[in-house]
Amino acid sequence: MTLSRLFGRRGSAPVARERLQILLEYERGLNQSDLVATLRDEILATVSKYVTVEPDKVQVKVDRGDAVSMLEVDIEIPNPLARRQMAGSTGTATGAPKTDCGQSRAPEGSS
Amino acid sequence: MAKVVVVTSGKGGVGKTTTTASLGAALARTGDTVAVVDFDVGLRNLDLVMGAERRVVYDFINVAQGSVKLAQAMIRDKRIDTLWLLPASQTRDKDALTETGVARVIGELREKFDWVICDSPAGIERGATLAMRHADMAVVVTNPEVSSVRDSDRMIGLLDSKTEKAENGERIDKHLLITRFDVGRATRGEMLNIDDVLEILSTPLLGIIPESEEVLRASNLGAPVTLSSPASAPARAYIDAARRLSGEFVEMTIPSDKKNLIFKLFGRRAA
Repeated sequence: MTLSRLFGRRGSAPVARERLQILLEYERGLNQSDLVATLRDEILATVSKYVTVEPDKVQVKVDRGDAVSMLEVDIEIPNPLARRQMAGSTGTATGAPKTDCGQSRAPEGSS
Repeated sequence: MAKVVVVTSGKGGVGKTTTTASLGAALARTGDTVAVVDFDVGLRNLDLVMGAERRVVYDFINVAQGSVKLAQAMIRDKRIDTLWLLPASQTRDKDALTETGVARVIGELREKFDWVICDSPAGIERGATLAMRHADMAVVVTNPEVSSVRDSDRMIGLLDSKTEKAENGERIDKHLLITRFDVGRATRGEMLNIDDVLEILSTPLLGIIPESEEVLRASNLGAPVTLSSPASAPARAYIDAARRLSGEFVEMTIPSDKKNLIFKLFGRRAA
C-alpha cells in the first residue's frame, strides 16, 4: 500500500461508485429487455402504418455510455420496385391463405 | 405477535446465514423468543452455523406438507433457551416448498414467537421470493463491493413489489446491513465507503459489521458470533444492529477489535 501510495495510485472506490450510479439509475427505470421489446413493438407498429415492414427486419439496440446512451433502430424497408413486385405476386397470395385458414378453422372449432 | 424479518441479499456469500444466526442470537439474549428459519432448500447451512446439524430430524418441508407438527421440527438452541431453529430440507426438489405451506408455517410461527427470522437463499428464484413473501421487515445484507450493491438494489425492488405487504399497498420496513467492511481500505479509497453505499441504495442503515476473523471462527465452532465471542467487534456490531431492529436508538459506530487497533497504531508508526 505504502508503495502504491508513493507512486500516486488512486483508490478504485470512486470508479466503483460512479459505475454503480450509472448502472443502477438505468436498471431502476426499466428492465432493459422489457424496454427494448416495448420499443421494438411500438416502433414497428408506427412504421407499419406508412410502409410495409417485416417484423423480423426491425432491430433495436441500446448502447449505454457515460454521458449519453445510443438507441439504434435498424429497419429494413424493401425498395419500391421490389415491393411492387412483391405486392403483385405474393401480396394477394399471402392475404388469401390467411382468410382461407380462418374460414377453414372456424367450422372445425365450432363443430 | 411476532415480527417477521427476512434476511436477503440477492448475491451469495455476503453473510446472510451469519447475519441470521448472529441477529437471532442477539435478540434471543435479551429474552425475546426467536425462531430462525432456513429457506435454502437443498443447500441448508443455518443448522451448521448454529451448531445444530446433528440434531436435525424433521425440516421445514415436512412441516409445510403437514406430515409433522411444527413443534417436532423446531430445534431448541443448547445455549439460549429462547432461540429456536427450523432447518431447511436437503431435498433436491425446490418446488417441495409451496406457497400455501409456507404461509401456514409462518402464520403458526407468528403466534408462538416474538421474532421470526427468515434466512433467504441467494438469487431471485422461488426460495428467495417465498422467504420475503410474508415479511414485515427486511435486512438487506450488502458487501461494499459492486456486484453485491447491484444485487441488493434488485432485491430492494423485489421487496417493494413482490411481498404481501407491498401487494396490499403497505410499505415493508427495509434496513441495510453492510458486512465485511474494512475501515482502513475504505479510508484509503480502496473500498466503497458507507456513505457511497447508502447514497446509491437509499435505504436506512441497520449496522456496519467489520471484516473480522471472528466470523469464520464462530462458524468453525458452530456458534453465532454474538454467543461465541460477544465482546468481539463483529458481535458488538450485530448486538447493536439487533437493538436497532427492536426500535432502540443506538449510535452508529464501527466497532473494532482492540488487537487490530494496536496493530494499526503500531503499523502507522512504522510506516
